[in-house]
Amino acid sequence: MSTEALQEEVVVEEVKKSEPLFSKKNRKLVTNPLDIDNPITVQVLGICSALAVTIKLEPTIVMCMAVFFVMTLSSTIISMLRHSIPNRIRIIVQLAVVASLVAIVDQILQAYAYDVSKQLSVFVGLIITNCIVMGRLEAFALGNKPWPSFLDAAGNAFGYAAILIIVAFFRELLGSGSIFNFKVFAAMGIDYVGNGVMTNTAGACLILGLLIWAQRARNGYSEEE
Amino acid sequence: MAFAIGMTLILGTALAFVSESLKDKQRAEREFERKKFILSAALGTDQINEMIANSREEVNALYEKRVDNLVVGADGTPIDGLSADDVIVAKEYKKLQRNSDESMEVKAGQTLRLPVYTIASEDGEGVAYYVMPIYGFGLWDNIWGYLALQSDFNTVQGVIFDHKGETPGLGARITEQGLQERYQGKKLNNEAGELVSVNMQKGEGADYSNAPHKVNGMTGATITGNGVNAMVKDYAGLYSDYFNSLKKS
Repeated sequence: MSTEALQEEVVVEEVKKSEPLFSKKNRKLVTNPLDIDNPITVQVLGICSALAVTIKLEPTIVMCMAVFFVMTLSSTIISMLRHSIPNRIRIIVQLAVVASLVAIVDQILQAYAYDVSKQLSVFVGLIITNCIVMGRLEAFALGNKPWPSFLDAAGNAFGYAAILIIVAFFRELLGSGSIFNFKVFAAMGIDYVGNGVMTNTAGACLILGLLIWAQRARNGYSEEE
Repeated sequence: MAFAIGMTLILGTALAFVSESLKDKQRAEREFERKKFILSAALGTDQINEMIANSREEVNALYEKRVDNLVVGADGTPIDGLSADDVIVAKEYKKLQRNSDESMEVKAGQTLRLPVYTIASEDGEGVAYYVMPIYGFGLWDNIWGYLALQSDFNTVQGVIFDHKGETPGLGARITEQGLQERYQGKKLNNEAGELVSVNMQKGEGADYSNAPHKVNGMTGATITGNGVNAMVKDYAGLYSDYFNSLKKS
């Protein structure tokens, strides 16, 4: 018994030495999409849902969780299958996996978060066509091991979530005068009339544009480079 | 080929399993939503939402206590032995056809069943509000809701609208509380007793507080608005025989 346990420990250590779980390279997979390689503000993917579901914070956060779930699982699954997927049908296999996961998320939301699932309506289903999901499968999961694929998907999901939550925060604050449905301005005794532009999609465009500007100005990014 | 078949089998099984195991919970959620809609139409969305925030059991208890139901035929006579919960309004809607004068008529050979929910008054004596399910077609897909009337069968107590696929931000706004509250206190019939219904007008922002049959419409969602107008008027007409039978007695 004891020797067996020892042997196991040695094996685990060896694996760690060959590539630590959170090596510098792996950490970058998570941190890069948060800023310099952000899927929304830099790659400008997944804009559809970024504009559509960010009217209020609550549905936005549920949406981000759904995208996180779909992205991490699909990337892990596709990465595990990457050697056995016939190249000719790889897109349809990716699509089938993503679509199944989205259907599962949709069912779960209908059972446990009915109101939010109604607010999100078609946009949960549209995660299937979110370019970030398929993009990461094609660009990363097909050519990498499951763990880095998982991290890469998680990083991109966080990057997506970060932008959506910032946009939703400003849209709900300025559009409805509330945060998580709590009337902030009313609580402070300020008579605030909600800004109609912010509850419309145009408001999301404005905030997103400002975010992209601020981020590019800070990172010194320009299209020519 | 083998890979494709295997994937299909695995994913299909997983989906069927998830869907089957969550079915009961989803049905319970829809059932609760129906109760919520009926109570909100009659007693106000704010009050019911506040109650839900406290505990959903309270809503169930209130529904048990104050809501009763019956089913009436197209001629307004009650049909015995049927619960309103058993009637699927979407199916009943398919038994209707539109006449050339825009009114709705029951297709030949079909028996229409119309559910009615009655809300007892607070002291438990008599019925305070009548809530009728309504159904229609918006721009993209079906719309539905509940119309709550006071016991004069003329004054709108409240409405609830819901939809399947109206455009978010435009037609989908019919689910907004502020929009639904525009209907409160409006009248279905004119002073001569003829059915005029309550109609959304083109544009938004006008003051209709003195117009008993008009409410502000939705900018950019005229067709959804037309669908809502038709839905309210159709069902006010379909239920009118039932209302008249109660007015006489």
